[in-house]
Amino acid sequence: MWKRDEAVRPPSGQPTALPQQPPPMTAGVPGPRSEASHHNMERDIVNIGKSVVIKGELNGSEDLTIEGAVEGTIQLRDHVLTIGPNGRIKAQVFAKSVIVLGEVNGNVTASDKVDIRDNGSVDGDIVSPRVAIAEGAHFRGSVDMQRKAGAAQPKAEVKPGTPAAASQQPAQMPPGAPAAGHRVGA
Amino acid sequence: MGLLNRIAPRRSDPETPAPQPASVADPVFATKALRKFLTCLTSHELPVLLDLGPVVGSNVAFFGEQLGCKIFVEDIFADLDRHVRDGKLDVFAEFLKNRFPQADGTVDGILCWDLIDYLDRRAAQELTNHLTRVLRPEGALLGFFGTARPRDTRYTKYIIVDEVNLRHRSYAAARGRQAILLNRDIIRLFSGLRVSDSFLLLNNLREILFRKPA
Repeated sequence: MWKRDEAVRPPSGQPTALPQQPPPMTAGVPGPRSEASHHNMERDIVNIGKSVVIKGELNGSEDLTIEGAVEGTIQLRDHVLTIGPNGRIKAQVFAKSVIVLGEVNGNVTASDKVDIRDNGSVDGDIVSPRVAIAEGAHFRGSVDMQRKAGAAQPKAEVKPGTPAAASQQPAQMPPGAPAAGHRVGA
Repeated sequence: MGLLNRIAPRRSDPETPAPQPASVADPVFATKALRKFLTCLTSHELPVLLDLGPVVGSNVAFFGEQLGCKIFVEDIFADLDRHVRDGKLDVFAEFLKNRFPQADGTVDGILCWDLIDYLDRRAAQELTNHLTRVLRPEGALLGFFGTARPRDTRYTKYIIVDEVNLRHRSYAAARGRQAILLNRDIIRLFSGLRVSDSFLLLNNLREILFRKPA
């Protein structure tokens, strides 16, 4: 009995925490709960491996990294899509942000930013308010940074291998995206 | 000697490398025509740009921020290089006939850079015909033309520093500049356009801003 009590007792001077009571939540203060959410966030980034080949429509509501091959349509409306160095995409892409380190053949629409990194390659049209293209990146197509009013829905029909064919399709923007076109500077 | 060393480090001191500027090899030259080119485009609602040079991320961002425009990047220098390497330079003019998918009168501004200098007469004429075709009435075309024979076979990537400065970054080319064009040759090539402004810069580059008559 005595030894059992001793095992439950906390180190000297510290109050005993009741296991039934949840820990107090304070905004901005890291605690055991935030650690758990950090683990959840790490888990939320999904990875499609090198050997995976997907043909069809890919929808998701979490960040995604693609190292394999995808043909068709990719839609991550409010999340970040990363095309890894080994990723090969023949698809229309709709996401909040798109980071390209591999190859993309198709149109890319992002409500926030498209970032083509060094050695990344895009053959297709980009629609995004912000576009970054690194020095060693390959790009062929058009960049549309016009802030169009209203959001449009992407068409379900996709013709892989013809990036320019779908260039007339309107951009899909999530609600709350910058509406009217505005000009900065000159 | 010891006192000197204590006062100031020696230049050859291996432990204190001299600070290097960001890009020593890339000189920055003034541009007079770029600002006028931008002014021409600001009068257009949601302008469409056609860039005939290699893609430069900072240029895309610059035009996007300044104009909120749509930019077509059509790297004709890369096409030219490929034709030279494949030994198909004689069909390059034919190739240009179907190179531009843009419909007639749909482009507000064209960044031609110094591409014409690298083309033979036939290809240059074919190119300018198509550029004139796709340009919208009142649209603008910015062209650079060398006035001195360069010593090496290299292309130049023009990186916009700001409205009045361009960084010239040269890179390997399969073909050097062809004949230096006189003013009258340039005007004949772009016979469908009128010269709006012409500047001869200190770096022997002539900047010409063309406008398409309404």
